[in-house]
Amino acid sequence: MSMFAATALNRKNATKQAWISRAFGAMTISLVIPVVLVMGTLIHRGAPSLSWAFLTEDPTGGMTAGGIFPALFGTVCIVIVALLASVPVGVAAAIYLSEYAPDNVFTRIINLAIINLAGVPSIVHALFGVGAFVLFMDFGTSILAASLTLAVMTLPVVIVSTRESLVAVPQAYRDACLSMGATKWQTIWRVVLPNAISGILTGIILEVSRTAGETAPIMFTGAAFFLPFLPQSVYDQTMAMSLHLFVVATQVPNVPESLPYGVALILVGMVLVMNSVSIGFRVYLRGKRKW
Amino acid sequence: MVSHAPVHLSVEDLTIAYDGKTAISGINLEIRKNEIFGIIGPAGSGKTSFLRILNRMDANVNNMSWTGSVSYNGTDLRTWRNLYALRRKVGVVFPLPVGLPMSIYENVAFSPRIRGIKNKAEIDDIVERCLTRAALWDEVKDRLDALGSLLSGGQQQRLTIARALSQEPDLLLLDEFSIAVDPVTTMRIEDVLKELKSELTIVLVTNLVQQCRRLADRTAFFLSGECVEVGDTEDFFTGTVKDQRTRDYVEGRFG
Ligand SMILES: Nc1ncnc2c1ncn2[C@@H]1O[C@H](COP(=O)(O)OP(=O)(O)OP(=O)(O)O)[C@@H](O)[C@H]1O
Ligand SMILES: [Mg+2]
Repeated sequence: MSMFAATALNRKNATKQAWISRAFGAMTISLVIPVVLVMGTLIHRGAPSLSWAFLTEDPTGGMTAGGIFPALFGTVCIVIVALLASVPVGVAAAIYLSEYAPDNVFTRIINLAIINLAGVPSIVHALFGVGAFVLFMDFGTSILAASLTLAVMTLPVVIVSTRESLVAVPQAYRDACLSMGATKWQTIWRVVLPNAISGILTGIILEVSRTAGETAPIMFTGAAFFLPFLPQSVYDQTMAMSLHLFVVATQVPNVPESLPYGVALILVGMVLVMNSVSIGFRVYLRGKRKW
Repeated sequence: MVSHAPVHLSVEDLTIAYDGKTAISGINLEIRKNEIFGIIGPAGSGKTSFLRILNRMDANVNNMSWTGSVSYNGTDLRTWRNLYALRRKVGVVFPLPVGLPMSIYENVAFSPRIRGIKNKAEIDDIVERCLTRAALWDEVKDRLDALGSLLSGGQQQRLTIARALSQEPDLLLLDEFSIAVDPVTTMRIEDVLKELKSELTIVLVTNLVQQCRRLADRTAFFLSGECVEVGDTEDFFTGTVKDQRTRDYVEGRFG
């Protein structure tokens, strides 16, 4: 009697398990669908405009034809300058917060401020960038001003991901190291950082993606609609992929349909390439250290 | 016997607290040069806390405070300005082997490197010597570049002993080193310790009363933050100790 009851219950449980697993599976698939659709559309519609010339030539015919080289070049410049500004500052801040800062009210306020900074909309960062870098520091609308605006915007990502990966390094390593007479800095440099590098790179990957894709923060601080020449220094304006996409998609009449899709495809591809490089580097480091 | 050897560490009225809560109260004892000094006592009796003071790791534990005095070769530990120099003279082996996340070679080369030794041949020499003395060289000499954590638990613990020896310490603190080590390896390490005694002083915290008997010249019994008894190890096992609690613990009659 009780045996049968148990079996029935088991069967009911098994059915329930199957449904739960199916439900979660369905949700996962529904997450993948937009990605597949976006990529599919981009490739399908954008592929016709792709060619070597598309990557290496200037736009022509009032941006309705030709290539996208100045925008590509500009975005690479903006990303590199932004990384140069935000990575050292962000990593240093994270090291301070995780390894040195005492656990007091002041530190907690700083942590809270960082989290809030991450929640500020990008258009607000854009206006801050205009006020702080373009006008106050007098960089004008330039790569420098645009990159610094993006650096400020992505700083929380770098700080938080770096801090988390530092905190994840077991305390026992630090204790063992310190008890051998290593200084705090030797401990951080030789033991803690090498173990956290993978997580730090993940944060930087996220930063690269966001930096390359953002439009609002650079629109007012350094990116131009159209420039007939490449920037000569960080004090020059530049074209950029994200803004160029916006322009050819909405602002210019008589653009062939495949052009904006081509620009979007290259932008996405660019981010993927940069991410792959970081991931490759991460895998290389991991292989070398065999974590 | 060792009883006339000069004093290495002299502990007077040592009281340790965490967040103001006393963990060790009023300990007085002396540890002599080139002896193995055993410390036994149940969990939570303050053994690890005591070791922390001896290499001043309390400076890195922010809720830990202490009063009383500990002198190291006659110098008060509190007046020791350069804690790094002190810690380099004191090797520590933790209960669970903490192999630093680097190769076997780098684990042992770490301390020489932070001391500023750069010469490759000199470091090679130190690595071989320390691994040999820790009875590990033959097992790892062909794979010095392998990650330390790929070794077995017992091998890792010998690696941490080799690492401690690479500091060229004159005091070695062992905190329940055999907790994750098989009996055969434990015996090998015990033999190593007996040899090392001629060169340095060893403080051996152990849960195994018999291990203490095998190794220690003198022993202290800690109970709830108090040092109940200090004396020649033999006295602990021949029933000549004064305190009933010590006798109960040694004979395994403890609640
Ligand atoms: N970091 C710490 N913060 C707060 N209390 C601590 C800390 N470390 C130890 N204590 C407390 O101090 C007392 C002594 O602990 P200690 O680790 O020295 O004991 P032990 O004799 O080494 O024990 P075991 O044999 O289990 O290792 C315990 O009550 C413990 O809870
Ligand atoms: Mg302990």
